[in-house]
Amino acid sequence: MKMANGGEAPSLPEKSWPGGDSMNIRVSAGDVAERSIGIIRSLKHLEGPMLPILHAIQAEFGYVPEDVKPIIASELNLSRAEVHGVVTFYHEFRDHPAGRHVLKLCGSEACQSMGGDRVADRVREILGIDFHQTTLDGAVTLEPVYCLGLCACAPAAMLDDEVFGRVDELCISEIAAEVRR
Amino acid sequence: MSLVHEIDYGTPASRSEKQVTLTIDGRAITVPEGTSIMRASMEAGIQVPKLCATDMVDAFGSCRLCLVEIEGRNGTPASCTTPVAPNMVVHTQTGRLKDIRKGVMELYISDHPLDCLTCAANGDCELQDMAGAVGLRDVRYGYEGDNHVRARNSGEINAKWMPKDESNPYFTYDPSKCIVCSRCVRACEEVQGTFALTIEGRGFGSRVSPGAHEHFLDSECVSCGACVQACPTATLTEKSVIAIGQPEHSAVTTCAYCGVGCSFKAEMRGEELVRMVPWKDGQANRGHSCVKGRFAYGYASHKDRILNPMIREKISDPWREVTWEEAFAHVASEFRRIQYQYGRESIGGITSSRCTNEETFLVQKLIRSGFGNNNVDTCARVCHSPTGYGLGQAFGTSAGTQNFDSVEHTDVVIVIGANPTDGHPVFGSRLKKRLRKGAKLIVIDPRRTDLVKSPHIEAAYHLPLLPGTNVAMMTALAHVIVTEGLFDEKFIRERCDWSEFEDWAAFVSEEAHSPEAVEKFTGVPADLVRGAARLFATGGNGAIYYGLGVTEHSQGSTTVMAIANLAMVTGNIGRPGVGVNPLRGQNNVQGSCDMGSFPHELPGYRHVSDDATRDTFEKLWGVTLSNEPGLRIPNMLDAAVEGTFRGIYIQGEDILQSDPDTKHVSAGLAAMECVVVHDLFLNETANYAHVFLPGSTFLEKDGTFTNAERRINRVRKVMSPKNGYADWEVTQKLAQGMGLSWNYTHPSQIMDEIAATTPSFALVSYDYLEKMGSVQWPCNEAHPEGSPIMHVDGFVRGKGKFIRTEYVATDERTGPRFPLLLTTGRILSQYNVGAQTRRTENVAWHAEDRLEIHPHDAEQRGIRDGDWIKLASRSGDTTLRSLITDRVAPGVVYTTFHHPDTQANVITTDFSDWATNCPEYKVTAVQVSPSNGPTGWQQDYDELSRRSRRIAGKLEAAE
Repeated sequence: MKMANGGEAPSLPEKSWPGGDSMNIRVSAGDVAERSIGIIRSLKHLEGPMLPILHAIQAEFGYVPEDVKPIIASELNLSRAEVHGVVTFYHEFRDHPAGRHVLKLCGSEACQSMGGDRVADRVREILGIDFHQTTLDGAVTLEPVYCLGLCACAPAAMLDDEVFGRVDELCISEIAAEVRR
Repeated sequence: MSLVHEIDYGTPASRSEKQVTLTIDGRAITVPEGTSIMRASMEAGIQVPKLCATDMVDAFGSCRLCLVEIEGRNGTPASCTTPVAPNMVVHTQTGRLKDIRKGVMELYISDHPLDCLTCAANGDCELQDMAGAVGLRDVRYGYEGDNHVRARNSGEINAKWMPKDESNPYFTYDPSKCIVCSRCVRACEEVQGTFALTIEGRGFGSRVSPGAHEHFLDSECVSCGACVQACPTATLTEKSVIAIGQPEHSAVTTCAYCGVGCSFKAEMRGEELVRMVPWKDGQANRGHSCVKGRFAYGYASHKDRILNPMIREKISDPWREVTWEEAFAHVASEFRRIQYQYGRESIGGITSSRCTNEETFLVQKLIRSGFGNNNVDTCARVCHSPTGYGLGQAFGTSAGTQNFDSVEHTDVVIVIGANPTDGHPVFGSRLKKRLRKGAKLIVIDPRRTDLVKSPHIEAAYHLPLLPGTNVAMMTALAHVIVTEGLFDEKFIRERCDWSEFEDWAAFVSEEAHSPEAVEKFTGVPADLVRGAARLFATGGNGAIYYGLGVTEHSQGSTTVMAIANLAMVTGNIGRPGVGVNPLRGQNNVQGSCDMGSFPHELPGYRHVSDDATRDTFEKLWGVTLSNEPGLRIPNMLDAAVEGTFRGIYIQGEDILQSDPDTKHVSAGLAAMECVVVHDLFLNETANYAHVFLPGSTFLEKDGTFTNAERRINRVRKVMSPKNGYADWEVTQKLAQGMGLSWNYTHPSQIMDEIAATTPSFALVSYDYLEKMGSVQWPCNEAHPEGSPIMHVDGFVRGKGKFIRTEYVATDERTGPRFPLLLTTGRILSQYNVGAQTRRTENVAWHAEDRLEIHPHDAEQRGIRDGDWIKLASRSGDTTLRSLITDRVAPGVVYTTFHHPDTQANVITTDFSDWATNCPEYKVTAVQVSPSNGPTGWQQDYDELSRRSRRIAGKLEAAE
């Protein structure tokens, strides 16, 4: 699919991404459709099923493949546009695979005031990437987040599903070392 | 002359009966409960600044410009989302509000280009107006930094900037001018019901996205134009406005495409049409439009349009351009010669459902009083003649019972043999809106139309019957209602003939009419039929909408009667939200029928044998009228082949392409000595014509059209006829040439004559239409305001008549040689034979007819998607490309008939409705096989078309 700015949109799951050779999630298009339909049908009875479905899709594939949007639309009797609107509204849903781990640093007011920016600078330096990027070895993707609701323990971070409070430069270095192992 | 100004009240009107009085800026105002403060202010004449609100869609409260202060309440609530309350005191302009508004505008303008002078919306931009209204003088934030406006920020590529999307042929999307008010998104959802647009991303990154970040043309967009109309800036702009500039005057007129009859403002600059904008006061469309009426008017200035009269001796000769005088003299002398040689009955004419009531009236008057016979017919012969007959028998009038507004009160809808989202899109949108609010839907159609399932719409029942089994299906529905005791006995006893009901009830109760028994013809599981019948009988207000899938069958009239039976047995007649609603095809097919276009009926559906009616016309016209019904179109063609019918005047109809059994039509036309075609283009029928009279478009004449809800709408002239004369003038001059002393100087005089002679039009006049906007006939002493809903206190014929509807299978059957059933239909972007829409940019959506075939049938025949295939029936064969889809059931194939090179009617048979001769277009037994290219008939026809379109002295176009 063409993007309005003339470029090619990331649409096909088998396409390789920066550092993609070592990606752990490789699926073919046929699989995506079949597995998505299974997921959608198991959740569509819920009230407000779209978000649970999107979370489940992302848990399955590591991202929300472009090809899944029309399938969700058709199963929920929505338009493609509506599904696209919801998916793009939430930063949580990604349009391409992440690294093996996702490290989120909170950038909200409390975390900033407790030195979150320094922590962020440090981890970017260690990993050699900026926010929204994945290390070349595919080990970790760095994301900013606003906020983790952990203001009492600012600065806060989240590695995959685990939250960390009162993170300092030392602590983040250890986390970074851990994920690259 | 100036632009027709429409007030935007900001939010839709409240329907509450209860009134609330409040004070706004010191003025007391009383409005219905539930009205927004914004709307109440506007009604009091106070315009609160606004950007995201418009009265076509619900309030959204996102632009933060329409804030007001309310005494006794904290803060500054948005006036669009705050409803009025009794004794509320509102201030719309205070120091605090002024500051907030100016601040908000500054933020908007800080991410908006400052190219107002060269902007297409200059003069029609709400953002500009609001900047003026809030007194914006300065943007303190500057224009640097993050923006969507510039392709490059100090040399760096700006990833937030997006180029214009010009993929849609009629409008552009310029994201750099978007203020993300989401009016377009809401218009697409609430008004059109397509949900093709969304806001992608969030915060500053939010942008309008068609589909999933697609181009407009590739997205789900149906190009209805609602978003363009809603856009307050130049983000969505008609390409015509970009090319020409803002219009300076406008006139309200009526769309000349389908039977919905939408009202439009034709916005003009001089005699150039800038754009067509749906008129909010239009009572058929309520401010909405479709791609055809809104944008597809380019045919009016297409280079193919013929502007000079032409004559030729033989159809193999090239055309010779002549003066109007020569053309009229030639036709008059030819018609007189033919009548002298072959008798008075040897000529006739066809009125046009595309022309105005006045023009149609004149053509039938010319035939009855000038030709001296009743050989007049119209295209309703091939579409809704069974409606006229069936409803006439059951109820006493030949028209739909409701207005379109009625759909807002309906609870259960049956749509049978109609595809409103394609064929009658504006009604389709209104129906979908009601369905989203909870009404239930039953679709009876061989094909899975968009109404069966599309975003936010799902039919409760889809009964995918085999083509040709409508009567069995409708009778089975009645069987369930009667045998399960679900009928409305009180209604039937009061309004219908009870003994006829008992007879009919006994008939439908027979086991042979049960869903289980008819399952073997219809192919629809009996439990679905039972469920649908129960839902319709018990679900509240039940309305039936139907189209040509009902009428164009050998039992078309019977199905119409079965529909009438179903409405009566469930008591669904005579109030809002119910009724029997034929979706008429042509803009004025209702009107052409009303105007006496049938060989047996004078205007107002009065039989030619009725002495009193004839007497009225004879006195006025000073002639003696024949009391014998004349020939129908198929009879004229038969008589031509036999040699007794030699001349015909065809106004605005392409019978060669639209009528069944093309080879028979061409043989009939070829046998005539003087075929006069009066049309915009050298249509397919003109290939056999001896005289061509150029026609005028709906933009070039005054008149009236009558839509499917019997609404008489004004058509207003906005430009001079390019061909010199409006169609009514051409007919008049022809009549004068034949010695008739007609002297109309304006169509209003023709309407006065119609009103004077036709009781159901008694009070209609141009002055009255000017005052009322539009009226629905009957409009007379008994119904001075017209009749939005018919049969309110009793049926026109007295008691409603139940008629037995025995299913008789069509003679057109599948067999080993022709195992598939072909049915035909339309698509949104093209109109009927396509003479107009093919000459517009609408071809971007549908450049050719395709044959829809189920994957199972395709695989058996080794056909892949897009392959050339040969489609053969007992009548003939043609080729087109395949489209593999499960919209059609196995055993059924479907195609549209918009393109002359497909010649779908070469395939259709000469079977027709038993009562009215309406052709059986919707059922043809066919075989489909792979093919290499056009058939012999197509090649020969191409060659004939090319030769017969030569005009002496003009080179053939190189393309």
